[in-house]
Amino acid sequence: METTAPNAPASIASLDELEAPPLSLGQLTWRRFRRHRMAIFGAVTLILMVLYAFGGALFFSEADANRIDTGARLQAPTQEHPMGTDTVGRDILARTIYGGQISILIGLTAMLVELLIGVTIGAMAGFFGGKLDSVLMRFTEAVLVIPQIFLLLVIAKYFAQTIPNIKLMGRTFSGSVVVIVFVIGITSWPYLARIVRSQFLSLKENDFILAARATGTSTREIILRHILPNSIAPIIVAGTLGVASAITLEAYISFLGMGVRPPTATWGNMLEGAYNYVESAWWLWFFPGLLIALIVLAINFLGDGLRDALDPHSRAA
Amino acid sequence: MTRYIIRRLLQAIPLLLIISMTIFFLMDKMGDPLATMGGRKVTRKEDRERLARQLGLDKPLAVQYLYWLVGNDWTKTDMDGDGVAETPGKRKGVLRGDFGVSLVNRKPVTEVIGERLPNTLLLMLVAEAVVISAALLIGIYSALHQYTATDNTITAVTFIFYSMPVFFFALVTMYIFAVNFKKWGLPYLPTVGMFEPEVGQTPAQVAWHMILPVATLSFAFVAGYSRYIRSTMLETMGQDYVRTAKAKGLPRHQIVYIHALKNAALPIVTIIALDLPFLLGGAIVTERIFGWPGMGRLFLDHVSRSDTAVVMGILMMIAVAVIVFQIIADVLYAWLDPRIRYK
Repeated sequence: METTAPNAPASIASLDELEAPPLSLGQLTWRRFRRHRMAIFGAVTLILMVLYAFGGALFFSEADANRIDTGARLQAPTQEHPMGTDTVGRDILARTIYGGQISILIGLTAMLVELLIGVTIGAMAGFFGGKLDSVLMRFTEAVLVIPQIFLLLVIAKYFAQTIPNIKLMGRTFSGSVVVIVFVIGITSWPYLARIVRSQFLSLKENDFILAARATGTSTREIILRHILPNSIAPIIVAGTLGVASAITLEAYISFLGMGVRPPTATWGNMLEGAYNYVESAWWLWFFPGLLIALIVLAINFLGDGLRDALDPHSRAA
Repeated sequence: MTRYIIRRLLQAIPLLLIISMTIFFLMDKMGDPLATMGGRKVTRKEDRERLARQLGLDKPLAVQYLYWLVGNDWTKTDMDGDGVAETPGKRKGVLRGDFGVSLVNRKPVTEVIGERLPNTLLLMLVAEAVVISAALLIGIYSALHQYTATDNTITAVTFIFYSMPVFFFALVTMYIFAVNFKKWGLPYLPTVGMFEPEVGQTPAQVAWHMILPVATLSFAFVAGYSRYIRSTMLETMGQDYVRTAKAKGLPRHQIVYIHALKNAALPIVTIIALDLPFLLGGAIVTERIFGWPGMGRLFLDHVSRSDTAVVMGILMMIAVAVIVFQIIADVLYAWLDPRIRYK
C-alpha cells in the first residue's frame, strides 16, 4: 500500500487529463499562472494595495485628507500622523488613501481609453489593409516619433485651462482628473495598435475566417466574434501593463506640475515640489513614491505572469 | 541600400509635416504668450494689439504655420497698424534653417537650444555608455550563470529597478548619497546644478555633479537591457554553432565573446539605436530634479510660457533624431547581419 501511494495521485491526474473535457482558456491560464511565483506575489500585493486605498476610506474621511492645518505643517511621522504631514499640514496617511483611489482609477480608466483607441485602430488597419492600413500606420508612427512624456506635457497644457470641478457620488473631484485620463489614453495606444494589427493580419488568413465568410457572416461579426476573441491574450497583457504605465505617467506629469490639481490628491501630485524637501522632510516624498513604485512593480509582475500564462509562445526570454 | 535610405528619408517628410502641424495647432490654443512675455504683463489693449501684430500672432493659424515653415521674407506685413502692409518679413522659415525667435527672451531659437543641447548630450552620452557597459556585464554574467543564486538576485533587483519611477530613484539616491552622507561626515554628492559657482565649470566639478543624474537616467535602462541581453545570450548559447565551437575545444572566452555575443548583439544594437533619442524623455524629469541646465528643463520652462518657437524647435529636433536613429538601426542591422537585404 505504502509503496504505491506516492504514484497513485499522479496516475489519477493523468487519467483525469485524458478523460476530462478540454480545459477552457481561463482554466489553462490559471493553471500556468499559479505556478508563477512572482505573478502570485504581484497579484497579492495589488489586492492589498487596492484594499489599502479603498478599505482605508472606512477609517478616514475625505475631509481628513483635505483638512489644512497650517499649525501642524511638515511634521515628522508621529502617533497622530503616522506618515507625517505635508507643507500645509494635511495628514499624509489619509492623503495616500484617497490619492491611491484616484491613482488606481486613473490607471484603469486611462487603460480603457488606450484599449478603445488602440484596438479600434489596430483592428481596422489589420483587417481592412490597403490604403486605410497605411494611413493609420503612418498616423501611429507620427504619434510614436515624439517621446510620450513631451506629448503628454503639451497636450496636458493644452487642456489645462480652467476646468470645473466634478461632483460625483457626493465627492468633489478636480476636473483635471478627466483631462489626465484622456491625455494618457490618447498618447499610449500606438504600441497596442501595432500588436492588435499584427494579430489581425495573421488571424484573418485562417480557414475559420474563410468559413465564416462563406456562411455569410457580416464583417462586424467576423471582427468582433471571430478575430478579436482570438487575439485577446496579448490585449489583456498590454492592458495590464498599461495600467502600470498610466499610473507612472500620471505621477510624472503631476510631479512636473502639470497633472491633477488640488484639492484632489493622487500619489503623483503629492510628490509635486517634493524634491525641495529631500533634506528636510523625507516623509513627504517617501510614502507616496514608495506606493507608486510598489503598485507598478506588482502590476508588472502580474502582467509578466499573465503573459507567460496566456500566451506562452510570445515570450522571447 | 542607398535607395532604401533615400526612400525612408522621403517617407519621413510627410510624417514630420503632420507632426509639426499638430503640435503647432496645440501650442496655439495653449495659452496667451503675451501674458507671460518677458515676465511683465502687457495689460493695455493697444499694446497687446501692437505686440501681437509685430510678432505675427494676429494672423490666422494657417498663415502663422506657413511663416514658421517657409518664412515670410517673400511678403510684406503691416507693422504700424494702418492697414497697409509695408514692412518686408525677415523670417526665413524652418526649411531654410530659421527656427524663429523665442518669445520669452527674444533670442533665436537655434541659439537658445544650442546653449542647452551640449549639457543634455553630455548627460545622455555618459548615461548611454554606463547603460551599455553595465547592461552587457550584468546580462552576460547572468546568462552564463543561469538560475544560480546570483542570477536570481539580479533578476529580482532588475525587476524592481525596471518598475521604479525615475523620480523615486532620484529622491532616494539624493537622500542617501547627498543628505545622509553629509550627516555622517562622508564625502557627499551634490544634488543641484552642473558645478559650484565659486569653483567654476571645471571638468572635475561637472563629473562630480553628474554622478547622480547619470545614475538616475541610466538605472531603468540598465535593468531593461540587461534582461534583454540575458535572454538573447541564453538563446545564442543554445545554438548549434556554439555547441560546435565547444566541441572543437575553443576556449570559453572565445566562445562567449566571439561566437555567442556577436550574434546576440544584433537585436541589442537595434534596441539601443531606437531608444537613444528617448533618453531625452527621461532627461526631462532628471534635469528638473537635479537642476541640470539642459533641454528637458528648457522644454518645461518654455511650454509653461506658451513659447511656440522654442517648443516646436525642440520637438522637431527630437522627431528628426528619432527618425534618423530608426534608419540607423535598420542600416546597422543589415550591416551586422548579411542575411538581411533591404530593397
